[in-house]
Amino acid sequence: MAILLLLPLCYTLYLSFHQWYVSNLTSPKFVWFANYAALVTKDGRFWPAVFRTLYFTAASVILATAAGLGVAHVLVREFPGRGAARTLILLPMIATPVAMALVWTIMMSPTLGVLNYLLRGLGLPPALWLASERGVIPSLLLVETWMWTPMTALICLAGLASLPLEPFESARVDGATGWQTFWFITLPLMRSTLVVAALFRMIDALKVFDTIYVMTEGGPGFASETLNIYVFQTSFKYLNMGYASALIMLFFALVLGASVLLLSARRAEPATS
Amino acid sequence: MMTRGARRILTFWLPLAAILIFFVFPFAWMLMGSFKTQADFMSYPPKWLFRPTLMNYKAVFVGSQFPQFALNSLIIALGSTVLGLVLGIPAAYSIARYRQRRLGVALLTARMAPGIALLVPWFIFFSRLHMLDTYFAVMLTHMTVVLPLVIWVLVGFFEDVSPELEEAAQIDGCSRVTQFYRITLPIVSAGIMATAILGIIASWNNFLFSLVVTGDSTRTLPVAVFNYMQYDALNWGSLTAASTIITLPVLAMVFFIQKYIVRGMSFGALKG
Repeated sequence: MAILLLLPLCYTLYLSFHQWYVSNLTSPKFVWFANYAALVTKDGRFWPAVFRTLYFTAASVILATAAGLGVAHVLVREFPGRGAARTLILLPMIATPVAMALVWTIMMSPTLGVLNYLLRGLGLPPALWLASERGVIPSLLLVETWMWTPMTALICLAGLASLPLEPFESARVDGATGWQTFWFITLPLMRSTLVVAALFRMIDALKVFDTIYVMTEGGPGFASETLNIYVFQTSFKYLNMGYASALIMLFFALVLGASVLLLSARRAEPATS
Repeated sequence: MMTRGARRILTFWLPLAAILIFFVFPFAWMLMGSFKTQADFMSYPPKWLFRPTLMNYKAVFVGSQFPQFALNSLIIALGSTVLGLVLGIPAAYSIARYRQRRLGVALLTARMAPGIALLVPWFIFFSRLHMLDTYFAVMLTHMTVVLPLVIWVLVGFFEDVSPELEEAAQIDGCSRVTQFYRITLPIVSAGIMATAILGIIASWNNFLFSLVVTGDSTRTLPVAVFNYMQYDALNWGSLTAASTIITLPVLAMVFFIQKYIVRGMSFGALKG
């Protein structure tokens, strides 16, 4: 474990203080914090990528968690075929992401795609989907939500199944409407489950690679270039390993920081409930 | 006032139908597309009824390297899973029995570390040793995904084994090691099978690591399909046929391990 994970991480940290291209025959040149300084102050692609990542992640967490809770709310009921329905909604998250990204790309074709056909059927104007700078992130969010709502839904299903029954019974006796029950009883009781679901979703959303790289490679322009994509381009397209390593360290710090933030939200929970 | 039945249709069956259609539609579209001719697929409005053809599957299988890539994917998935189990079983057992909290924290950190943070050093390392594009290198990189997943899932299974049973075996004269092989392992064998399947799926689905470390002789299916898409983006029939072939084995496995999926997926490592 340690060798597999720690050693590479230490090497990345070491490289991040150096200027070095893979193609260089010379050994890495020690440059102190020059890579970091350049990233934070001079790099025109860094900050947009950071904000794009945060925006993408926040939207993705909210969408997947809300949708997951909604889906779980429906699937928690008893009905004929429930087992089959639960299996079916598993499929998106288990299927090979590259293949799924490809199918979505085909469905999102602006001229011949089935999604625009469906939009027209609903009386809505067709969209450019991945081809427009404004539409590309929402389109990716749609795919991301499709792929990962099953996971949050499963976590929420487990949470809903373990809720105590008494509060719901007394709410019914007191004549609460379905909406009131959901808002004032289900939601507060589900809080810790929702935080877990959101945490897992957040860690994954920050690091999304497959879907974005296959569908847009960060384009059009840089309109969908998240940090992970930018790191990949810097390291494996431009082979600028020192610079990429500094980028990775900042990226890792961001993931860690965001996780700690959400985890502390979970720890604070028992005191309030 | 609506009747109870009408109400139930509105608040339950309708949302249920919408949910199922949303999640299943892309698969249906993929499957349909893979049986369409190029002309049928590229017609607008899209055709829902058409004369199915096996042309696309033929194009994928005959005269292409696709079977070789499928074999690569299989070898790498099996290899990295076996490696992951060999290292992961003892690690998971010691976490479960001796409460190795620190290992648990390391695991969570591994869960958060961006894959690419490991990929850069691995890439430099393997390119120095001229080992890029070897099965061994690909398996090792895939193992960084598979191993934490294996440990994470197995810890739960080992914790379910009652310590009393193990102690009884030891009192009857088993050594710690014999007890592990004779008593503990057989009890969790179903769990290990499920874990193995999760590991195979994780490796089979992996794109990022394969993209960097594989080459002509070890290319896996996701990378192959991605390359094909770059080269012939409008051949929708063949692309969906290839996607179907990649996805079907994975979907088939879901039915065996459905019970364990939440545990494995909340680890999320199945997708890079």
